[in-house]
Amino acid sequence: MTLPTRPDNPLLDRLPVALRDSRLLGLLAGLVLVLLAASLIGALLRRRAATPKAHATVENLIARTNSWWIMATLFLTTGLLGLGATLCLFALLSFFALREMITLAPTRRADHHTLFWIFFVITPLHYWLLYDRWYGLFAIFIPVYGFLWICIRSTLTGDYKHYSERVARIFLALMICTYCISHAPALLTLDIPHFAGQNVKLLFFLAIVVQSSDVLQYVWGKLLGRHKIAPHISPNKTWEGFIGGSLSAALLSLALAWMTPFNLWQTALIAYALTLAGFAGGIVMSAIKRDAGVKDYSQLIPGHGGVMDRIDSLCFAAPLFFHITRYYFTGPAA
Amino acid sequence: MISFLIQLVTGAQARWVGEPPAARCIFFANHSSNLDFPVIWASLPPAIRRHTRPIAARDYWDGSRLRRYLARDVFNAILIERHKVTVRENPLLPMEQALDAGDSLIIFPEGTRALDDDAPMNPFKPGLYHLAKRHPDVTLIPVYLESLNRILPKGGFLLIPLLAAVTFGSPIQLEPGENKLLFLDRARAAVAALEAAHA
Repeated sequence: MTLPTRPDNPLLDRLPVALRDSRLLGLLAGLVLVLLAASLIGALLRRRAATPKAHATVENLIARTNSWWIMATLFLTTGLLGLGATLCLFALLSFFALREMITLAPTRRADHHTLFWIFFVITPLHYWLLYDRWYGLFAIFIPVYGFLWICIRSTLTGDYKHYSERVARIFLALMICTYCISHAPALLTLDIPHFAGQNVKLLFFLAIVVQSSDVLQYVWGKLLGRHKIAPHISPNKTWEGFIGGSLSAALLSLALAWMTPFNLWQTALIAYALTLAGFAGGIVMSAIKRDAGVKDYSQLIPGHGGVMDRIDSLCFAAPLFFHITRYYFTGPAA
Repeated sequence: MISFLIQLVTGAQARWVGEPPAARCIFFANHSSNLDFPVIWASLPPAIRRHTRPIAARDYWDGSRLRRYLARDVFNAILIERHKVTVRENPLLPMEQALDAGDSLIIFPEGTRALDDDAPMNPFKPGLYHLAKRHPDVTLIPVYLESLNRILPKGGFLLIPLLAAVTFGSPIQLEPGENKLLFLDRARAAVAALEAAHA
């Protein structure tokens, strides 16, 4: 996969490498068309809606679509701007996700300083390690030293009540909201032979596969769903939706194989693995919400709920995708 | 501007069980953090916020230049004496003057903030009863504040950006012939009920 270079056009050379890729431009145009279509359908349905219930459904659809516009624009723009911008976006996402998750977890006064550390020291430092491309420390910083420090800091105040639960809750939130999700932007730091400067396509590939699998599982579930997988945790998830959605997302990924350094069967297999991980992420995050007795993590994103409601499947798929790519597809030096 | 900043930091979401009041009223709430009245104040619709004055302790809010500026010029607070209560320094006087002038009030009848995680609300001080008795036409609205003690606990200075929630309940009234203790207990239960209703 070699890039066409045109040394006669300095302006073009200054563009991000990815933007000189006509297929990527085509994909972006395609996304814009899909969103335009969704907005158009929403506007048409709004005129048709007669009953208050139909009206509410349409308004929710419109709110969702509008949010998708904003999310897609933010995600794609920062992705094309490069590593620094992408890391800033994901650091912010981590920050909002942590905020939502810690709010649901009943911590105590004694945890105040520990929480300050995970929000303002550990999370920024973790993203800085990525910016610095210090992979060795990035991989162990939170699981080892973040973990030890949370345990230590929470004892320093002398409150031992519910100690294990408090520490476990804080560590769970930090692992999911910061450590796991950060493996998505970490894709930009990989050195893949013959793929230099194009890593952002992997990030887009991951996001498209995971989010479309979410949507397709929902659609299949609505059409054919009979047998519930986990009725107590997530009543909307059915075997039919799960199987149909993950298989059709894997099929869809074949059309996106050009975004990756993988061949066709590798692409489909990896995409299928991602949909399984994404499904697991969704169900784990639902269990946490159920435990806290809420339906959405917050109301930050109109129509969608909280940040955590949107990135739940990405949290579990990102580390898997990162490690598959790093292990099998980076050069021997990596 | 300031109210936007407060809402950004605390992510405060206002829920109204009843309707936002049309006439002047007294908002009474549980007290757990220095952020309490700024958050209630910021959660009120602008039209009500303009005529609502928080009641705050003079010893704390007169303590530094910044605090004095915030309390007096931004929040338009009524600063009252907590420790040396005398006839001349009767803390109820300025509150009544404000009510007579047509303003609404935000008060924390617990007085001081509860320190312990497991402690329930402190008993209510009688000020609310006296105000209710002398101004029977004023609407009394219970308010429950959640998570604020986790964002900024007493004695702490580090803000943790969690999501706060403010629940405004349905109004209560001083019943004819109701005595002080019964009324204060009922008022406290009205605030506590909003916690239970949410959880």
